[in-house]
Amino acid sequence: MGVSSLSLSGRRRLSKQARENIKGYLFISPWLLGFLLWVLGPMVASMVLSFTEWDILTPPEFVGFGNYTKLLDPNVYFLKALYNTIYITAIGVPLQVVLALFVAQFLNYRGRGVNLFRTIFYLPMVTPIVASALVWLMIFNPEFGLANTLLRLFKLPEQRWFLDPDLSKPLIIVWMLWHIGGSMVIFLGGLQSVPESLYDAAEVDGAGPVRQFFSITLPLISPVIFFVITTSIIGTFQVFTVAFITTGGGPIRSTLFYVLYLYKNAFEYLRMGFGSGLAWVLFVIILVVTLVQFKLANRWVYYEVS
Amino acid sequence: MTAETHEQDANTPLSKLQTGMFIFRLNFLPRITFLIVFSIIMSVPFWWMLSTSLKAEYQVLLFPPRWIPIPIKWQNYPDVFIKAPFVVWFGNTLLITVVSLVGTLFSASLVAYGFARIQFWGRNVLFILVLSTMMLPDVVTLIPTFILFSRLDWIDTFLPLIVPVFFGGSAFFIFLIRQYFTTIPFDLEEAAFIDGASTFTVFWRIILPLAKPVLGTVGLFSFLGNWNDFMRPMIYLNSPEKKTLAVGLRYFQSQWGTEWALMMAAATIMIVPVLIVFFFTQRFFVKGIALSGLGGR
Repeated sequence: MGVSSLSLSGRRRLSKQARENIKGYLFISPWLLGFLLWVLGPMVASMVLSFTEWDILTPPEFVGFGNYTKLLDPNVYFLKALYNTIYITAIGVPLQVVLALFVAQFLNYRGRGVNLFRTIFYLPMVTPIVASALVWLMIFNPEFGLANTLLRLFKLPEQRWFLDPDLSKPLIIVWMLWHIGGSMVIFLGGLQSVPESLYDAAEVDGAGPVRQFFSITLPLISPVIFFVITTSIIGTFQVFTVAFITTGGGPIRSTLFYVLYLYKNAFEYLRMGFGSGLAWVLFVIILVVTLVQFKLANRWVYYEVS
Repeated sequence: MTAETHEQDANTPLSKLQTGMFIFRLNFLPRITFLIVFSIIMSVPFWWMLSTSLKAEYQVLLFPPRWIPIPIKWQNYPDVFIKAPFVVWFGNTLLITVVSLVGTLFSASLVAYGFARIQFWGRNVLFILVLSTMMLPDVVTLIPTFILFSRLDWIDTFLPLIVPVFFGGSAFFIFLIRQYFTTIPFDLEEAAFIDGASTFTVFWRIILPLAKPVLGTVGLFSFLGNWNDFMRPMIYLNSPEKKTLAVGLRYFQSQWGTEWALMMAAATIMIVPVLIVFFFTQRFFVKGIALSGLGGR
């Protein structure tokens, strides 16, 4: 390799900084190459592709902004997919955050069983999504599922669950709520970093547990809450596997989420150009949502200055 | 917990201790009750999966359902291997997971060392670039990457799943390892450099052995990510003998009806290795998640 022969023959002539540069770039070269090959290159390529119509089999055809103007056409279901995704994000993420924080409060004690409970609550996070989605499909089967059995036991009307367009999205949210383990562990870490002396002082001043939670706990863990909300939103925007397995996007497109819609366009209908356009729009949406969150964070996230 | 009681006797250390115990006792019962009830609710899907995996197909449809099937049909487990090429899928998944694990650990720690220890030109800008790619959704690059792999004739091979891993693993792993490296004191390296060791030797012999905890965390994330991955294997692997477990699980789900008991047995078989790994490495794991904030998704 050119670089190594250079460093052998010219070692004495090279300045210390030049040697550091060569070494540094050698060490990070896997990432640098990977960034060009699997990130920057594909992003530029998908930008170019998004201005074409291409089914892989025949040569691509330039269509200008055609793929982007098509998005607003009611027949292409882009808005439907976007609405579905925003629906589960707007309802699912707040519920997830509140429930995870609530459970973390209960888990925040020293003593027997903490590890066991923490493990049980975390298990859904390590379970393959395909497996858990299939279990979900079985539990909510309208004919013999556990859910309807329970309803029958309490003499309540049975439901069609995943086959009912009004229930399919809420069921996906319930499935999301089953996955609070990740956020919960992060919250637990945050709760444990709050100095106990603050609570002691608050007690001396006569503050009750609710007051303590809102005046001490919440502001002190606000950076953690911010982190969890940001990453959860990015994650929920990319929901794919659970819908792919349980409903395939149905019934009547009620669970057609953004990435599922993108996948279908690209790999089922072979619309590579339109799919690339969708990918770019998703990228911009996530970028904007994240930037807005960082902007808003100044108002409510409390960073300790030491 | 009532505020009044604390106010009265929070002045002396002794009474403070007593209030502490008081709070503990008052809280203990509702706390433990909530945790037990909640963990039962959370684990229902697991129990139901296990229970179904031991039923005959007709028992799956029975009303009222039984938690413990009579008779217990152990035969479902061997049947999974007989009726589907499950051994092959298991092997494929294991191969992809292990190779990815090695590739990730090696390349991510190499890159992390560069960012943590070497003062090269442009380091900070490039590291910010690493961090910003963490937020990039995978699907943005999916289509061109797929086209690239199909041009290379890599479709229906494991290469699209394995090769990219050797280029730094993922930004998130680089970030985690780099953060850990910066906490290791310089003294050890300096001594080795004075003895004439090369940078790579120092990285390999001194830094890596000290970084075992973070390598454990990253290894686990990598293992889980690849073992559970669904979308990429589905896109890249077509022929039945190339499938992974995650894709193969759907084998028992067909248009003409689903063999629920067999599918649940298969799902159990797929989850067990994950559970074993998780139980033995939990401590690493929780630390890593707390450090990073991300779990398997």
